[in-house]
Amino acid sequence: MKKRKLHFKRQEGLVGYIFILPWIIGFLIFTAGPLLFSLGASFTNYNITSQMDFIGIRNYEKLLMDDQLFWTSLYNTLYYVAFSVPLTTIGAIFLSVLLNQDVPGLRFFRTIYYLPAVLSGVGVYLLWMQLLDPGTGLINMMLGWVGIDGPNWLFDPEWTKPSLILMKLWSVGGGMLLYLASLQGVPKSLYEAAEIDGASTWQQFRYITIPMITPVIFFDVVTSLIGGFQIFQEAYVMTNGGGGPVNSLLFYNYYMWNKAFKVFDMGYAMAMSWVLFLIVFVLTMINLKLAPRWVHYEGEAKK
Amino acid sequence: MKDAYFASMTNRKKVLKIANFILLCIGSLLFLSPLWWMISTSLKTMKEVMSFPPTFFPTDWKWENYLKTWEAAPFDLYTINTLTITILVVIGQVIVNSFVAYGFAKIPFKGRNVLFAIVLSTMMIPGFVTLIPQYVLFSKLGWVNTYLPLVVPAFFGGAFNIFLLRQFYMTIPNEMIEAAKMEGASHFYIWRKIGIPLTKPAMATVAIFSFNGAWNDFLGPLLYVNNENLYTLQLGLQVFKGEMNTQWNYLMAGSLFVLLPVVILFFFFQKYFIQGINLQSGGKS
Repeated sequence: MKKRKLHFKRQEGLVGYIFILPWIIGFLIFTAGPLLFSLGASFTNYNITSQMDFIGIRNYEKLLMDDQLFWTSLYNTLYYVAFSVPLTTIGAIFLSVLLNQDVPGLRFFRTIYYLPAVLSGVGVYLLWMQLLDPGTGLINMMLGWVGIDGPNWLFDPEWTKPSLILMKLWSVGGGMLLYLASLQGVPKSLYEAAEIDGASTWQQFRYITIPMITPVIFFDVVTSLIGGFQIFQEAYVMTNGGGGPVNSLLFYNYYMWNKAFKVFDMGYAMAMSWVLFLIVFVLTMINLKLAPRWVHYEGEAKK
Repeated sequence: MKDAYFASMTNRKKVLKIANFILLCIGSLLFLSPLWWMISTSLKTMKEVMSFPPTFFPTDWKWENYLKTWEAAPFDLYTINTLTITILVVIGQVIVNSFVAYGFAKIPFKGRNVLFAIVLSTMMIPGFVTLIPQYVLFSKLGWVNTYLPLVVPAFFGGAFNIFLLRQFYMTIPNEMIEAAKMEGASHFYIWRKIGIPLTKPAMATVAIFSFNGAWNDFLGPLLYVNNENLYTLQLGLQVFKGEMNTQWNYLMAGSLFVLLPVVILFFFFQKYFIQGINLQSGGKS
């Protein structure tokens, strides 16, 4: 009897593997295999057609010691991440809190704020190039209404990255929904109790709302950090493939793209990709390590 | 004394509520204004687009701009191409990921947790790390200038969608699966007859996210498609931008063509978009 059950279990296990087989094959062919190949090729002068000689760590050496554009692109990317991640997080929380106050027309507002987040691609980038036009664009026109003389946005190296961050903020609605879902899960009784104790609106926000949504903040920060480091398309389209004024929009992936697919210095580009992987990995690990200090999970206090 | 305190509080609350509402109204105008700008610019003459100060409403509504734009580039061909890729990707993502997610959620097997942890960790790999070696692979296979690199991977599962669907499958009680097994049903049968019907909302979410992803994909076609006859809308719009240079009215009309299907989809299926977000945050739909 026991033997039969064991046999049954093993057979069921086999069925389980059949179910996940597509993913296993995909993982091996499209992820694991390429990763291994890329790691190996990053130590060569691979150029996809003729050569693939082992050159040790020379790619990595050149990158770190002898490539000014590498550092420019890294700086640009860090700048973008350092501003866009906190700004989008704060913006999304702010909007979700406003929407969580049982306002009339909640569904209507939610739709409007979320709509830009589902739009992406070349159409959006073209739209923003037009919006940010210094003379004929909407943004500077609106700034003019409140007496501000708007900058030259995509034409001024000081303002190119803020331009992209502004565009990113337009799509803050995705994060907003994430927070709204989590806010709606905060028990009303907590606020009622705080009110009786005389807590101010700000105190309620600071000591009830924020702690209750820290798991979502954590998720949002981790994923937008990983996403932020991958910025490429918007810069590519909006600079016509050129890097922008004084290379101010030459992001990390943009430079890697040029190395890989313009000059076909693939070994070098793959070395670059591993450096980026390492940076993102370390930052994610730091995030995970710091999480217990500020992320509160429900039921944790009971321990 | 106490009554007065509460009375003043409700008053303060009322003021806050009104301020909140006004703030939301101003915010939504700000959020909508770029879209209005796109429509408005697409209807202006080029002279008006370049005029200073800019006008918020077109003085002369040039509806023929849309016709001219449609004729200036093969948008119909681009649309068919994009739809072909998008439909195939959606089919692949929905069916395969549902299958795989069922396996991860409802069939016990050795190493399941480890493998699922690998699924999740692949979401953290920056895309470019695999992009370059994948390009090498596909070009060695002779797949450049075909849709295969854009479509085939969709039939081998995607981490994010597996995660999403698995979240949903976890809410189906195991007793239900056990009962069906007692009746002699195979897992394949249970997946088709119980799993799929019960997870339809989540599959709709995956379908919509995949549609959006494939429709808006620029990087893939940019890398793999050079033949003009195979251009997608995103690629076509980028080329159109080069040709039109600074004809912003036509460029905005073209952008509108490309964005409109997503906007329509959004208004019809908003529920599923929102559900996808809720599943991500770990909450129930």
